[in-house]
Amino acid sequence: MNKTDQSVKINIDESLCKRCGFCIEYCNTKVYEADQDGLPLVKNLDNCTKCRLCELRCPDFAVKVEVENNE
Amino acid sequence: MAVNLSYREYFKEDALPLMWCAGCGNGILLRAITDSLADLEIPPHQVVVSTGIGCWGKADDYMTTHAFHGSHGRALAFGTGIKLGNPDLHVIALMGDGDALAIGGNHFIHAARRNIDITAIISNNFTYGMTGGQYSPTTPLSSKTTTSPIGVAEPAFDVCGLAEECGANYVARSTVYHVTQLKRLITAAIKKKGFNVVEAINTCPTHFGRRNVPGDTVEMMNYIKEMTVAKSRYEKMDDEEKAKYLVTGELVNKERPDFLSVYREINPAASESGRGEGK
Repeated sequence: MNKTDQSVKINIDESLCKRCGFCIEYCNTKVYEADQDGLPLVKNLDNCTKCRLCELRCPDFAVKVEVENNE
Repeated sequence: MAVNLSYREYFKEDALPLMWCAGCGNGILLRAITDSLADLEIPPHQVVVSTGIGCWGKADDYMTTHAFHGSHGRALAFGTGIKLGNPDLHVIALMGDGDALAIGGNHFIHAARRNIDITAIISNNFTYGMTGGQYSPTTPLSSKTTTSPIGVAEPAFDVCGLAEECGANYVARSTVYHVTQLKRLITAAIKKKGFNVVEAINTCPTHFGRRNVPGDTVEMMNYIKEMTVAKSRYEKMDDEEKAKYLVTGELVNKERPDFLSVYREINPAASESGRGEGK
């Protein structure tokens, strides 16, 4: 399956997020931006390479990257 | 046929939010362990996590496997009993640096010498986080802690070096930054028979970071990222340069027979009454 045949959705659970900033800092393609409070906002979803490192590096299980295969 | 298990089978989602501080890597380590168990397709009821006391000792609260939350430093002692009582179970001891190397230091060296079939996963954040940031056996020399305000005067234990010298079958080090490597090493350690140690260098922005790393949670993460270096690069360094870094990767991978195999050879009656071959 080619990665371009997949669509991606990123969910941030605001109640679980402790605003550590790891997902924002370490995303190689700068998908996230912080709001005033430090909460990650998904700003550039088109940049996402579906590497899922943000999900694996989230210490609070607040980031969920859902990859779906397109028909 | 692949069953395609998810980490969710091993992780208690209804126990969220995790108790750990913002920027503490324990949650990252927990995810790596639960991901590894899912990859290995070991059913949760065949896994026992044995924990001691400390921030990381609370990890069993978030796992659906069997758990034994024992006294400080004794995760390996209880784990040894569990493994000998039922060799079919996969025993994983979750310990912090203080738990494994100070309070439970003796259990650690003897579990390695005995080569009992337990996977020890040590979350090393260089401090006693739960009790207020005192220095531990792994606090780097000259680091400031609540009990060493002008800098600790003792050199730190090399956790992996100690495990190797004492006879551990498999020894590896990674960090909570290097998540894919961390998972790969934990998977290999759980799969392998014998006493297997994975040291996960961890962040503690609340205590260690506040006194030693100027900046925030991200700077604490950068600190552990920059203090480590992959084995391939480390091996090319001279001794002076090596002293500045902690090496990551698979450091020891031996084929020593584990305690139960040796015991069954010496005492054949034990294998007849034994309940199984374990893993």
